[in-house]
Amino acid sequence: MPSPELKKNAVGRTVPVEINGREAVPFQGVAKYRPEGTKVAPSISTCIDYPDCGDKTVPDIKTALKEAGVRDGMTISTHHHLRNGDFVANAVFEAAAELGVKDLMWFPSASFPCHAPVIEHMKNGVVHHIEGSMNGPLGAFCSAGGMRGMGVLRSHGGRYQAVQDGEVHIDIAVIAAPTADPFGNAHGLTGDAACGLLGFALADSQYADRVIVVTDNLIEFPCVPWQIQGNHVDFVTTMDAIGDASKIVSGTTQITKSPDRLRIAEMTARFVREAGIMENGFSFQAGAGGTALSFAIYLMEMMREDGVKARFVRGGSTQYLTAMLEEGLTDYILDGQTFDLDGVRSMRENPNHVNTSPFTSYNYHGKGNFASMLDCVVLGATEVDVSFNANVVTHSDGKLLHGIGGWQNCLFSKCTILPIPAFRDRIPVLVDEVTTLCGPGELIDVIVTERGIAINPRRDDLLSAVSGSDLPVRPIEEIKAEVETIVGGAPAKPRFGERVVAAIKWVDGTVIDCVRQLEAAK
Amino acid sequence: MNPIGHAGRRGDRVRSDCWISVEPRSSGGVSLTLKSRVAAMYGASIRQAVERGLAALGVAHAAVEVEDTGALPFVLAARLEAAVKRARPEIEDEFLPEAMPWTKYGTTRDRFRRSRLYLPGDQAKLMINAGLHGPDGVILDLEDSVAPAEKDAARFVVRNALLSVDFHGAERMVRINQTPAGLDDLPFVVPHNPHVILIPKCESPEHVTAVDERTKEILSERGIDTPVFLMPIVESALGCLRAYEIATASPNVVALTIGLEDYTADIGTQRTNEGRESFWARSQVVNAARAAGVQPIDTVFSDVTDMKGLMDSVLEAKGLGFDGKGCIHPRQIEVIHRGFTPAEAEIEKAKRIVFAFDEAEKRGLGVVSLGSKMIDPPVVKRALRTVELAEASGVLSKSWREGGGGNA
Repeated sequence: MPSPELKKNAVGRTVPVEINGREAVPFQGVAKYRPEGTKVAPSISTCIDYPDCGDKTVPDIKTALKEAGVRDGMTISTHHHLRNGDFVANAVFEAAAELGVKDLMWFPSASFPCHAPVIEHMKNGVVHHIEGSMNGPLGAFCSAGGMRGMGVLRSHGGRYQAVQDGEVHIDIAVIAAPTADPFGNAHGLTGDAACGLLGFALADSQYADRVIVVTDNLIEFPCVPWQIQGNHVDFVTTMDAIGDASKIVSGTTQITKSPDRLRIAEMTARFVREAGIMENGFSFQAGAGGTALSFAIYLMEMMREDGVKARFVRGGSTQYLTAMLEEGLTDYILDGQTFDLDGVRSMRENPNHVNTSPFTSYNYHGKGNFASMLDCVVLGATEVDVSFNANVVTHSDGKLLHGIGGWQNCLFSKCTILPIPAFRDRIPVLVDEVTTLCGPGELIDVIVTERGIAINPRRDDLLSAVSGSDLPVRPIEEIKAEVETIVGGAPAKPRFGERVVAAIKWVDGTVIDCVRQLEAAK
Repeated sequence: MNPIGHAGRRGDRVRSDCWISVEPRSSGGVSLTLKSRVAAMYGASIRQAVERGLAALGVAHAAVEVEDTGALPFVLAARLEAAVKRARPEIEDEFLPEAMPWTKYGTTRDRFRRSRLYLPGDQAKLMINAGLHGPDGVILDLEDSVAPAEKDAARFVVRNALLSVDFHGAERMVRINQTPAGLDDLPFVVPHNPHVILIPKCESPEHVTAVDERTKEILSERGIDTPVFLMPIVESALGCLRAYEIATASPNVVALTIGLEDYTADIGTQRTNEGRESFWARSQVVNAARAAGVQPIDTVFSDVTDMKGLMDSVLEAKGLGFDGKGCIHPRQIEVIHRGFTPAEAEIEKAKRIVFAFDEAEKRGLGVVSLGSKMIDPPVVKRALRTVELAEASGVLSKSWREGGGGNA
């Protein structure tokens, strides 16, 4: 395969201008690229083709795929609501293999280690390549050059944008539904595989040619609330189990015991308080990682102490966010996904625990989105460089290991904070230049490490807001230099080959960076 | 067959450590097999370190295997030296990391010792960021937290940590093993600026003097004239009975502490939360220490999840007269410091006494009085300490005297 033509983009990264046969635009800078034209639309359907009784059930996934007209080279999408407990994506490719279909493009909203069997399907030709997050074993396979096509990583909002703008045409969407009716209405609130909500499948239900709902809890019409509307759905089918409940949501969310992470979390919460962000009517988003979760707990204590209430918080929700809602520390949870059983319960019972989608929260090619309205957001990163650029998809050894998730979309909040250790084991997290640039430094405001807080020099306002506090604010270069004396110097760079194995899209569909194949270790 | 030495930790859960095996040979140079999580970033650095280490230890030919999960350079060096010396115990050379500038600060006899954080001597990962949590002291432990089979290896880790790790101003303490075996730990630590040596299971003044003498010997061999302080731990009925003799056995003793697990076993009972069984012993230690003019320090609180229980225990210790408490998790430090922070009323009273004292000094009076009441010297001393502690705890401005004060 000849290497595609490359061009340097606005952040100095050399990126392909053609991806899997389609033209690609190099990143032009934040808020620079203006899309033109119209959104795509699915073809017109007619009730002539659907049973008046509303029963769209077919016996199994294989039949559904066949009736949906599955062919070589099609794009099939699935979603990650069932996280590492998902059985559906593997079942889809198993069925496709039995039907003898080849060269499919898999378009998941995210992948997990449970999807490692797809590697076999890539080796035997059923799957051509993946456009979606590549985690764990799939990432390693891609980095080693095992995939025939180029991987494309998009944020949750970028995925919606790509579908809406016609960059990706979904031939068949398969939606795993914890509860559904024969018409195709579906939700994630009940059933053995209850996961809360199904927002990541919204674009697919609206834009795919054919939509298949797979459930293990088929109930009589109507299935309410219809998070997925049956009017978009072609077929409904069942499996004995669509997922392993214990890996979908956790019974209880564990908070970290690591003293260093707790210290980072506490410093982050103190920063939010001291910088004046934590005031009545504010909003924040923090994930369910150990540090982010502890941050939320510390912040909650501080809100109680100061008598401060939030207007809304954004999930991924956990028992701690629902406790905030129930205690009246926030008016609303605007939730993107639920991480534990308590989150699912709250979403089912509490009208102020609202489900959202990448369309409402993240899509950059819309008339605004929720992410930019947040007063602060707390995110992770694998690396941050001295210009505050950050990486979330590769490790310093160059291996692709994580997806982007909502990370890029969240950078648009009024204050983006990355609480991260200054080094992990021996590997510095603060570096001179990130291995893969996923988020430009101009959108990243604060880095909180166990060794001090670095504030982006562009944010004079934040610097002066905390100047009177006893928070350990330090230049990022100084913390980085300190780390290098501890770990024995700056890390050597990974040895990459020429071939581009994956492209990293920005929220507007332009290419911000790419990942090259790793040279085999000596 | 050549003897093979190996040292370190490996396995799925191990992080920031390494396992090294060394088979010294008579010819063929050095062959190194390296498996590392950080090979792409630090593979070359690890290879260099192994070569330098072998050269320093005088090993020219060996087969070396390294399994690394991100060990920092000082840990890698410690593991290598332990592996080499397990294969070739007769080697006397050392492979010392460079002493970093931030390891060279000193201590004082009377510094605050509210919290001291125990760090297992064989687990470097816990040492690296310990100082960031702001304990008054860190204890690199060679005794109970180290398995018997790893005692020799832990010495290298502790020694290298003393040379490398920034403890951010915390007092640098080492708990050696029980004497007489513990005396052999001293050459590994004494030359590298330990501030305090903790002497476990101390039962007689001779235990103290043995450590003190050996320490002085090593210091004088090295031409070091900064003394190393001592903190005996009494952990038995006999130790408690002889607490005063122990506390006064050497002028280098700066504090006396108690270990209750062994003590309660020794008197034939079990440790309870109420602690009635150890009330006498703890009071005995407080009184012996005060009589000897050293700091009484309480034992550890071992339930790391129970912050309320910890606070109760700190307040109780403070009530009994202790100046500090041990801790086994960094999250306990802040609670301990808060517990030992003087209450507002205490501070106000102390300020008035200190003012009266300053006034008396200024006028050259021999007696300090507050209103019509005469203040005795121990009360003045206590008040000065309270004010100092309030300043150190951040609840009293260091310039409080300028505001004028008290109602004296």
